[in-house]
Amino acid sequence: MPNYTLNVNGQQRQVTADEDTPLLWVLRDELDLVGTKFGCGIAQCGACTVHIDGVAMRSCQMQVSILDGTKITTIEGLSVDGKHPVQEAWKTIDVPQCGYCQAGQIMTASAFLAENKNPTEKEIRNAMHGNICRCASYNRIEKAVKLAAKNL
Amino acid sequence: MKLHKKDNFSRRNFLKTSVLASGGMLIGFNFLTACKPEAKMPVTIDNLNFNDFNAYIKISEEGYVTIFSPNPEIGQGVKTAMPMIIAEELDVAWKNVTVAQADLDTKNFKRQVAGGSQSIRSSWSVLRETGATAKQMLMQAAANKWQVDKSTLKVANGIITNNNGETLGYGDVVKEAALLEVPEKVTLKALKDFTIIGKDALNVDLHKIITGQSLYGLDYKAEGMVYATVLRPPAFGQELVSFDATEAKKINGVLEVVTIGKKVRKFKNSGEKNWSFSLSSSDKVVVVAKNTWAAIKGKKAIKAKWKTITALESTEQHNIVLNAILNDKKGKVRREDGNVKKAFANADKVIEKTYSAPFLPHNCMEPMNFYANITKEKVHLVGPIQTPEAAANIVGKMFGFTQDKIHLEMTRMGGGFGRRLYGDFVFEVAEIANKIQKPVKLIATREDDMTTGIYRPSTKYKITAALKDGEISGYQLKEAAINGNMYGSIAHFFPAGCIPNYKVESGNYKSNITTGAWRAPYTNFLAFAEQTFFDELATELKIDPIQLRLDLLENLDPKKDKRIQYSGKRTKDVIELVREKGNWGNVPVGVYQGFATYYSHNTHVAEIADIEIKNGLPVIKKITVAVDCGIVVNPTGAKNQIEGGVLDGIGHAMYANFSLKDGKPEYKNFDTYRLIRMNETPIVEVHFVENNLKPTGLGEPGLPPAGGAVANAINAALGKRLYNQPFIKDLQKQTILG
Repeated sequence: MPNYTLNVNGQQRQVTADEDTPLLWVLRDELDLVGTKFGCGIAQCGACTVHIDGVAMRSCQMQVSILDGTKITTIEGLSVDGKHPVQEAWKTIDVPQCGYCQAGQIMTASAFLAENKNPTEKEIRNAMHGNICRCASYNRIEKAVKLAAKNL
Repeated sequence: MKLHKKDNFSRRNFLKTSVLASGGMLIGFNFLTACKPEAKMPVTIDNLNFNDFNAYIKISEEGYVTIFSPNPEIGQGVKTAMPMIIAEELDVAWKNVTVAQADLDTKNFKRQVAGGSQSIRSSWSVLRETGATAKQMLMQAAANKWQVDKSTLKVANGIITNNNGETLGYGDVVKEAALLEVPEKVTLKALKDFTIIGKDALNVDLHKIITGQSLYGLDYKAEGMVYATVLRPPAFGQELVSFDATEAKKINGVLEVVTIGKKVRKFKNSGEKNWSFSLSSSDKVVVVAKNTWAAIKGKKAIKAKWKTITALESTEQHNIVLNAILNDKKGKVRREDGNVKKAFANADKVIEKTYSAPFLPHNCMEPMNFYANITKEKVHLVGPIQTPEAAANIVGKMFGFTQDKIHLEMTRMGGGFGRRLYGDFVFEVAEIANKIQKPVKLIATREDDMTTGIYRPSTKYKITAALKDGEISGYQLKEAAINGNMYGSIAHFFPAGCIPNYKVESGNYKSNITTGAWRAPYTNFLAFAEQTFFDELATELKIDPIQLRLDLLENLDPKKDKRIQYSGKRTKDVIELVREKGNWGNVPVGVYQGFATYYSHNTHVAEIADIEIKNGLPVIKKITVAVDCGIVVNPTGAKNQIEGGVLDGIGHAMYANFSLKDGKPEYKNFDTYRLIRMNETPIVEVHFVENNLKPTGLGEPGLPPAGGAVANAINAALGKRLYNQPFIKDLQKQTILG
């Protein structure tokens, strides 16, 4: 199996994996970064969202072999001790129920707010539409994104 | 507060205190024993190792309080709410309390966690008594130290104060308190003195969730652990004949390919019917690999041959047999009042409607998974399961282990919705672990979960009403469900007791499609059918739909009929509250409203949907909800539960389609199976009826009325009645046809 060097959360990490292995499983199984979640495996639910060079991407569809030279950020590396404004907003609003999808929601929201500092309600809803929350915490997600935008 | 009589039994049966070796005090109590007074303690009460308690309070000498929450957490908030009740009576500041999942001592394999689905409702008194008992013992210890009478002491936030203004923290007296006799009588706080219950408390796992720490079953890892995927028959009614694993074994990381099924079959044939119905009898092919991706790829590379052993059923055929049950067959009569036949014979008009709903998969965001390690000596199981006790019990029976050799750890669950009541994946992983003699984690893909599920049964209702002199003189409801749905008490929900000639019956078709509990079981679709039917009756009778319900409730006399499940007063309370808060009949032009009310899981709920029409399709803007769940323990958690239940109800009523063809599910993943998303989400405004009644559950009752409220609003807007779920199918048809 080939070796790859990945830049994950600011660190160079060596992994041995088949070239078609999705980043999701490299993160979870090889690098012990289990915050990025498996939900559907076909980029439809958003639970596996990470940042590749600051852009929110579905890690279940990113093969490890094409990530050379990119900067990968996962929920574990979004901030030191959960201090990112989006994470803080998630705490203030008490967003999660079961919590399983929330890392993906936070990664989508943080990449979106980095691009759009002053979003409208409609823009927030469109940006978050791709992330499923089975507990349907959507209204609190919307509130938290609004709050984070204010505090960014 | 006076305790409910059945809770009034010796505290010594379920509560025990001990001095900790490290200092401090440990209070153990047993939920199951406490909730079921007739149950006996499994060991003698003098045993101080606490192995048979399933919940604890630890008070350290520094005064820190740790509450070990006993129940599995699936997102319903009990891990926050249950400790709040203890902390209230213990009189400690909520911010000084740490909450941990009642875990197993991994060094000591003697303890088996119990818990299961004990709700706030059944544990309310026990939790209060436990907190109050501990507080009283701590106060007694302080009184002894000061040599004063306990009644002269005051407590606030874990600090005991005497008449001279001297203080002792709980930590200062724990050692002494732990040695005192457990008092037989304790005084509970007056409700007006509550400082924690009724105040918003944040989810106790919040920080871990938002920083991506390991919490869920899928995150669990153990030394030497391998990963397994399971290839099950692609169609209900099929079994494995043979398979070729040549290609699978060529995949990097695939370690071995084995079959399982023997142990499950043996167990299934042993007669434990209540649990084995969810288990396929077929052999299954298991790909064991070094990592998840290899296991997933390996499963795809297996070439398997299957044979058909029972009928390959299709949705089309189910529709025919369910209609036949509704129209041609006698059902099981669940309740019959008056003379229904006569009422219909004498009616001015008869209204008859038929309602239809598909199977529903649960689609927990965290796919099914479980860890097992079975050695000659013991069994270690870890993962998300709503019924840990039953799962451990069955694994013990399957592999010949006594319960003291089985160690089951519960993890936080990425959703339950009823799916994790069934332990099929625990038995599968146990059989794999036993076969390969390695620690192993079973992982289901989304496709596995959706196509080999335990579905909400596909169900139809026929409801018929006799109208006479502007009143509903007769009412008949018949259910036809795949494998059955309705159970005893449902026939005594509204409108039972409100209509003199009333009959409920049910029939079922026995199918090889596995079905089971799905959020708000039995009523998640029934409520829609009945609540839209009443809306239609209101139109027919030219009366306001809310007034129709209130008028009917006037006929209810629960004293005359003990079988009645719901409260007429509490139903009226939620109806009046939602009518006021939802501005019923008083909305701007272009906004249309629908109303529904339902009692389920001991909680009364009423909802008003506000919708608008865009491009011929409804846009749901707002749902106003009124809830009577008695005392609200954690308002923010309570609101979240209702909001989630309402949106879940709307999402599945609007969009969720599921069908089978030749035994195979036609929906496999979220590209075709539609769940509600952000852009379809209305505002949900939740109001609670204020009273001092014992709290009841919130995870489910918000869901049943939601579909009906939306359907009734759609009718108000478009003049189009909806009889089938998902609504989107009929709505799109109408839009396309103009």
